[in-house]
Amino acid sequence: MSGHRRVKDIDYDEDGLDSYEEDHSEEEGELSLEDKGMAHLIIRLDNLRKPQRTSLLQQMRQNTILVKEALGDEHGVSEQAIQEALWHYYYDVGKSVAYLKNQHTPKQPKKPKQESRFDRAAAAATPMKASSGELSSSLTTRTFQNGIGARKNLLFPWPGHPRKITTSMVHPYPLLGYPLPEPPPYYFSNVPPGALLACAPGITSRSYLPDYVPVRRTQPRGPLLGGSASAAKPSKLAALAAARKKKDAEQKAAARTVDEGHKSSVSLLDRLAKKDIGAVETREENKSWVVTQAASTSSYPLRRKRDPSPVRTPPTSDAPQAKQPEEKPQEQTDLRAMPSIFARTICFALPRPSHVEQKQSDSMPYLSCHDCATATVPEVNRTKRDFFAGPSPDDVVLNAQAKASSSKSKQAPSKKPSGPKSEDGTNGVTNGVEKLSVEDIIPQRTKSKNLDIPALYASRPYKPSASFVVIGHVDHGKSTLMGRLLYDLKVVDQRSVDKLRREATNTGKSSFALAWVMDSTSEERERGITVDIAMNHFETSKCTFTILDAPGHKDFVPNMIAGASQADFAVLVIDASTNAFESGLRGQTKEHALLVRSAGVRGVVVAVNKMDACGWNKERFEEIRSQIGAFLSSAGFKEENIVFVPCAGLTGENVVHSLLPSNTQASWWHHGPLVSTLETQARASGTLDLRRPFRLQVSDVFRGGITNPLSVSGKVEQGAVQAGDVLLAQPAGQTACVKAIEVDNEAADYAVAGQIATLHLTDIEAQYLRSGDILCDPTKAVKNITTFTAKVLAFEALLPQGVDVHRGRLHVPGRVKRLLAVLDKGTGQVAKKQPRVVQAGAVARVSIEFDGEVGIPLEVGNRVVLRNAGETIAAGLIEGVSS
Amino acid sequence: MRLIKQNIEKKDGSGSATLLPEEPEDMWHAYNLIRPTDLLRASALRRITTESATGSTSSQRVQTTLTLRVTKLDFDPQASQLHVSGTVAEENKYVKLGGFHTLDLELQRNFTLTKADGWDSVALAQLRESIDQTKKAVCWAVVMQEGLANICLITEYQTILRQRVEVSLPKKRGTGKSSDHEKAVQRFFHTVLETLLRQLDLANSPASPVLLASPGFTATSFQSYIKSAASSSTPGIDVKTLKALLPQLLVAHSASGYLHSLAEVLASPAVTAKLSDTKFARETQLMDRFYELLRKDDGRAWYGPREIERAVEKGAVGRGGGVLLISNSLFRSQDVAVRRRWVTLVDKVKDDEGGEVRILSSVHESGKRLEGLGGVAAILTFPIEDLDDMGGEEGGEDVEEDEVVQPEVEGVEGRETIHEEFEI
Repeated sequence: MSGHRRVKDIDYDEDGLDSYEEDHSEEEGELSLEDKGMAHLIIRLDNLRKPQRTSLLQQMRQNTILVKEALGDEHGVSEQAIQEALWHYYYDVGKSVAYLKNQHTPKQPKKPKQESRFDRAAAAATPMKASSGELSSSLTTRTFQNGIGARKNLLFPWPGHPRKITTSMVHPYPLLGYPLPEPPPYYFSNVPPGALLACAPGITSRSYLPDYVPVRRTQPRGPLLGGSASAAKPSKLAALAAARKKKDAEQKAAARTVDEGHKSSVSLLDRLAKKDIGAVETREENKSWVVTQAASTSSYPLRRKRDPSPVRTPPTSDAPQAKQPEEKPQEQTDLRAMPSIFARTICFALPRPSHVEQKQSDSMPYLSCHDCATATVPEVNRTKRDFFAGPSPDDVVLNAQAKASSSKSKQAPSKKPSGPKSEDGTNGVTNGVEKLSVEDIIPQRTKSKNLDIPALYASRPYKPSASFVVIGHVDHGKSTLMGRLLYDLKVVDQRSVDKLRREATNTGKSSFALAWVMDSTSEERERGITVDIAMNHFETSKCTFTILDAPGHKDFVPNMIAGASQADFAVLVIDASTNAFESGLRGQTKEHALLVRSAGVRGVVVAVNKMDACGWNKERFEEIRSQIGAFLSSAGFKEENIVFVPCAGLTGENVVHSLLPSNTQASWWHHGPLVSTLETQARASGTLDLRRPFRLQVSDVFRGGITNPLSVSGKVEQGAVQAGDVLLAQPAGQTACVKAIEVDNEAADYAVAGQIATLHLTDIEAQYLRSGDILCDPTKAVKNITTFTAKVLAFEALLPQGVDVHRGRLHVPGRVKRLLAVLDKGTGQVAKKQPRVVQAGAVARVSIEFDGEVGIPLEVGNRVVLRNAGETIAAGLIEGVSS
Repeated sequence: MRLIKQNIEKKDGSGSATLLPEEPEDMWHAYNLIRPTDLLRASALRRITTESATGSTSSQRVQTTLTLRVTKLDFDPQASQLHVSGTVAEENKYVKLGGFHTLDLELQRNFTLTKADGWDSVALAQLRESIDQTKKAVCWAVVMQEGLANICLITEYQTILRQRVEVSLPKKRGTGKSSDHEKAVQRFFHTVLETLLRQLDLANSPASPVLLASPGFTATSFQSYIKSAASSSTPGIDVKTLKALLPQLLVAHSASGYLHSLAEVLASPAVTAKLSDTKFARETQLMDRFYELLRKDDGRAWYGPREIERAVEKGAVGRGGGVLLISNSLFRSQDVAVRRRWVTLVDKVKDDEGGEVRILSSVHESGKRLEGLGGVAAILTFPIEDLDDMGGEEGGEDVEEDEVVQPEVEGVEGRETIHEEFEI
């Protein structure tokens, strides 16, 4: 590119277009007051090259005539325009003609004239003596307007300074090659150098350079707005806005030719207005340049940079730069803070600041949408009131000062000169930022809906729901019965059951297939017994149910206690076949029944299972009914709460479907199947006082999924909870926030006492949650205690000894510290103080102590079970606690 | 512990014994031997602060031998360290008479113990026990349930909880395969195995039996996990040491994963057969028998200090099945009178009545059970009802009786034996 340029430069040299030198010197006066040193230089050059200038003028005149001929009259292009075009096209007549034809819709002749006037006025203000004349002034104007564009395109060097260009090629910092002129005192006098530097980021490191504008212009512009200048690509919107603006300006210019003319005196406002027009024209011209010079990198942003007010380009400074192939250093001048100083000193002469502002906003990629969209609005305003189109001098100064005072202020979109529009723009950005920050600062913390749960609960569509625990001795068919229930109710599909059947048959345990619906872990399937509670939901036409399938094995009684604590009623499964019932009585049948009773369960459905094995023998059923009925009554179940149902879990008879008439052996049974019995048990939960403080015992801590990394499930013991609530986890003493709630595997807004809910928690670490912990209302929290007294019913002889204290999932070691008293079973009065031993069956008050320092979250009214060495020795109610 | 020197008088129990603790367990013995008001002479590290004429102070640590009048003992079972506090009873160039010092008894350093009120029968028995050089059986136990494992070291006298692994396991959910649960269980096993290997330190110590106990199948599953880990390379676990461990594994049943289930484990025949130590087995057996009798409530099993004293008075803890179970924590009382009271009781049962006396270690499982009963219990030869209802404050009388110091024939014999066998 530089080679190309050089060729052109040589041409100019040969042409000897002297007059330009003078133009530049003029410009020097107007534009680059800051470049005083440069001006001296140029003057010197001017003196040297007078002949060249003359020849250039001659060429211009000749070519102007040629172009005029080519254009003819119909275009009405002024001589000035022609000359300008020629200037742009380096005196290429053909190109200029094409350009003018393209560009000049009829009647646009006034522009150059006005500009020239402006220039003249400006020139008058300069101390430099400028050569006058139509051509020179028009050229000056052109330079003025085109400064930035010219620098951009690089094909537009300052033709009048060919020698200088060569020098600059040798010296990267051309000024250093010359005697450094003194900075003019009026320029720098009241501005400390530091201020200049502050205005131009990136310079400070180049302290060896004088504080000259031209030198500073060579500085690469720092990425003020977080990106390189060339990367600051305007958005489409910005481009659109620019195009519209251009159009506006054109219309404006056309209108102005009529009313303004060139008669009026040159006022400041006038000049400011003209700046816009000039800029528009520049843009047009530049556009064509961009088209012809597709070779230039990233023409889009470059073009944007070119919008500029003419003032931007002090020729003296640009001349040396023209040699440099990089475009960036030249563009960087745009954002530099020079205008601020300039504005301070002679702001009237320079409409530039407004332009600078525009550039700034343009170069803010993230603002471009806002800015350009709103940018059109002020343009419209400008057409309405021309005189106020540009920024007021005050604005110029203020903006410049703001810019100079802090680099940060440069980020403020200041494109709009004044008024509410700029505020809009700012607000748009700030709003955007606010929005962002709002989303970021407040994480996923769920906002509480502040539901009135008691009211909602009272008005909910009523369908009774209940949970029941399935208990009984090991191998009495609990899991199989429940698997059958789910299968027949189509909760578990045929395909899954078929798959389980295949697997079971393959391992030689075909009869376990249905139980495997509930027994899902490999260990359970391997061993053929249930280890832990299996929870499942099903729904009949009348009720929704939650099954808690408890393990029957002696070793897993703790798990069974956990299930019993969550149940509303119990289903006691009893194997009716010979010997199995009896062995069950010796085994866990009784223990389980006692445990569910001591867990507070009142109703029990006795499913006499495996009736097919004893041929649906009515006598067997009645025998079991009498024995178990008597036992349950003694255990504290009321007669009316005990229901017996014969069934066969493996075959499914009388489970979901009523007995077939073909089963003649069972014709004696006239009551419904097991499911209908369950429905009668699922009573309405009655009047719940949901305003009691919330309590939930964590039954399970698990990963609820990707969105819910920490979830707990358990039965809500009292109170209610809704999403957004903050709960306290005891004994850890950590708070957690409820993100979402699920009841019966479905998302719910709230959960109330009696429901088995899944709470998705946030703001707590998993390490603080164990099964058995309590989630409670932080304001009315459960306290961690180390000692409690309880009134217990002893199932075995109770001594001061180590015991396992169970409460639902809670399972902690403790010890009976003292036997306080044996109580009278009927009256509850103290029968004997300080007994040596509490015999089985007696009711006693005991004091129990935990070992740990932390304590256990228990409170008065909790039901506890005491076990030792795998046997349940007592169950009771906490009467007093101390920590 | 080795007896270096002793000059205990037959008649009044006066005199001193010089002992050399050799292994951590000896600290436990020392803890039971040394009692408040005893004179202990041992090496100590003393920080001496000197003030110069200008007032600047400099301090330095000096190794010196101090004689302390013991005021307090503090035993750390985890680290097997014994801290003895006391006042200086013999002045030397570093310390003044009456100054306070707390010293840590160190392994392989002699200490000399002089009993303030003479070596009584219990102290002599304790001494005899502590210098018993027969190799003690050591056994590791992992008492576990899903999500919880207590790794403990069982020695003849102590059950030391070395590490507790507690992991929150998600429960099985829904009808599908509970992969979360199973993965978590595998992770739990991995953690327990790693922790266990770290504790066992198989590279430096010979393999001792490792007891895996749990309710259900957790221990069995863990055993098979170790087996599979030994046959395949599991990250973080050395296969070689694991293979050495395999034959040492012993699976037992326990009611829960908590430590107090260990009593049940240790009483099981499978374990007692493997463990050479019968002392503990005998103690556990007696405790179980005691509990059984208590449940029967036939008046032959009693517990509690006053009740037992009365029973002994009545001669119910004598020949023909009378057993006195007493925790050694009672002998560690700060109060000399209380200690004497129990020593007298033991002497009486042993010498006068001819009953069996078992001094249970308070840090052993059966001892802990006894602690819950007040530290002393007895199985009587004949039933006595209402021992607890016989009112009257007899404590004062007991204390008076304690004043009488009885010369012990057996103790003297023991001393002679010690002389012959262990004096260097």
